[in-house]
Amino acid sequence: MAERVGFFTDTSICIGCKACEVACKEWNDVPDDGFVFRATSYDNTGGLGASTWRHVAFIEQRVPAPGDGGPGGPSGAGELPADSVGPGVETGADGERPGAVTGEPVDRWLMASDVCKHCTHAACLDVCPTGALFRTEFDTVVVQADVCNGCGYCVPACPYGVIGRREDDGRAFKCTMCYDRLRGGLEPACAKACPTDSIQFGPLDELLERAERRVTDLHGQGRTEARLYGADPTDGVGGDGAFFLLMDDPEVYGLPPDPVVTTRDLPAMWGWAAGAALSMAGIMTAAFLRGRR
Amino acid sequence: MVPEAEFRSYYGQPVIKAPVWHVPHMPLYLYLGGLSGGASLMSAAARLAGHDRLGLTARVTAAAGATLGAGFLVAELGRPERFLNMLRIFKPTSPMSVGSWILAAHSGLSALATASAVASAAPASAVAARLPRRVAAALPAVGDAAAVATALTGPLMATYTAVLVADTAVPAWHEAHRELPFLFAGSALASAGAMGMLATPRAQAGPARVAAAAGAAVELAAGAVIERRLGLVGEPYREGKSGRLMRAARALTTGGGLLATVAGRSRALTALSGLALTAGALCTRFGVLEAGRASAADPKYTVVPQRQRLESGDRASTPAPARSWP
Repeated sequence: MAERVGFFTDTSICIGCKACEVACKEWNDVPDDGFVFRATSYDNTGGLGASTWRHVAFIEQRVPAPGDGGPGGPSGAGELPADSVGPGVETGADGERPGAVTGEPVDRWLMASDVCKHCTHAACLDVCPTGALFRTEFDTVVVQADVCNGCGYCVPACPYGVIGRREDDGRAFKCTMCYDRLRGGLEPACAKACPTDSIQFGPLDELLERAERRVTDLHGQGRTEARLYGADPTDGVGGDGAFFLLMDDPEVYGLPPDPVVTTRDLPAMWGWAAGAALSMAGIMTAAFLRGRR
Repeated sequence: MVPEAEFRSYYGQPVIKAPVWHVPHMPLYLYLGGLSGGASLMSAAARLAGHDRLGLTARVTAAAGATLGAGFLVAELGRPERFLNMLRIFKPTSPMSVGSWILAAHSGLSALATASAVASAAPASAVAARLPRRVAAALPAVGDAAAVATALTGPLMATYTAVLVADTAVPAWHEAHRELPFLFAGSALASAGAMGMLATPRAQAGPARVAAAAGAAVELAAGAVIERRLGLVGEPYREGKSGRLMRAARALTTGGGLLATVAGRSRALTALSGLALTAGALCTRFGVLEAGRASAADPKYTVVPQRQRLESGDRASTPAPARSWP
């Protein structure tokens, strides 16, 4: 077994160029998934799916100025009303320079490249009935297209809404972390193409150390809103193989704030089902005892 | 009425993906699986209690339900020709893998039980005459053994589908994992009871009527608990299209269940009760699928409970290690 590798996506230095989306499509020959004008932001990709394995989110916000009693920090950003994120946001006020004026709100533009999390405890992998989904020697999670029979179970099982089924093809697809490139000793296409190193690839342990240092640096610069997402091996999915540095709450980027692998509760589910099955048998027995009289 | 929850999201887009399973395939499979499971249990009990006529109805219903259901299941796949890939492994972490094996065992056993019953019941045993004598002689015993064995596979058949839908990230399904097996079990008993009384002479359908009424009661109780216990996450069972289906299911099941207690008196009451219970069970399955879709489509059902968990310091934690597959 090779060392566990992963992605550290540092969204604080993402410039929204979408090179990752393009590189992924090109290398993996991922077909288009419709050309939809969403009229919400610079993002017409929408979200991850069977034919979108990297997705760049764009969020325009107005936040309290940095240095003005907590710069859009966790508390500051958290106080924003829910509707401050979205098309209704007032942006681009004249003569406003971010951070220049204390006391006045500034514009903030968040960009983040999302990807399959390659969970330590992967629900898609757990529920796959054919064995099409498997864990590779790099500790990543990959679908074998020649085995998948398109049952669709992995789709609602993923707590992040990553994997999808191509309806014209019938099978499920998602990010493979460029399994072919990894086997050839290359880094995944998205990380290779990222011009700012917002997407970093490497051994997971090294990435985690680097990410901790980055958070400390940002906090030192007053960016106290910086936090890691998916980096904690004790979280509901046992930590992610692809984790992130975010500048706001996860749900602002379309990520679940506290995901859980559904199969964690599977023993309890079977317990309740066994209770129901036994009740059925009991009721049927009683029905015949009664019917005999 | 739950007050409108405040939460943040990415342009109101869903966080999780909605189930891709189709209507009517998936809910029909859930219904037919339940019907077959309940009927096979009835056939086993009928064999042991000596209710031969009701037993025949139950055996035929069990086999027909399993066969038809399997057809819908295969048609639902994105690659139906690869159906047998389900049986290339047995995987305990996947309720669909476990369910495929349950379905395979159950449909085989119920088909055998039915074949034997039909062959023995055929006039002057026209079918049995064509079989080698030893096979013909063994057929009833083999059929009876198969019917009794479905007492094990039947209840699993009726309840594993509840685990199947609950074992997802869909909040309305996952959070209802305690009640869904009872909802489906009750619904399965009501469905099988309904079919038993519709297709058996009234004088011999007593146990079917009791099973139908009791099943309806279990189904109604489980539905009521889901709506009460789940709070915000249970909203899709009360509102919108899924809410309407669940209300229709409740009305039909209540009416059918009450009628079942007096259905022994006339053919009309029997027909009314049986049809109402069948329609109620169908509405329940369509309603559950719709509730899952609605639950996945609105990010509030995913975000609000998770946010509440974080804010109350009750963060989700790592499951026991060494549980991943393979």
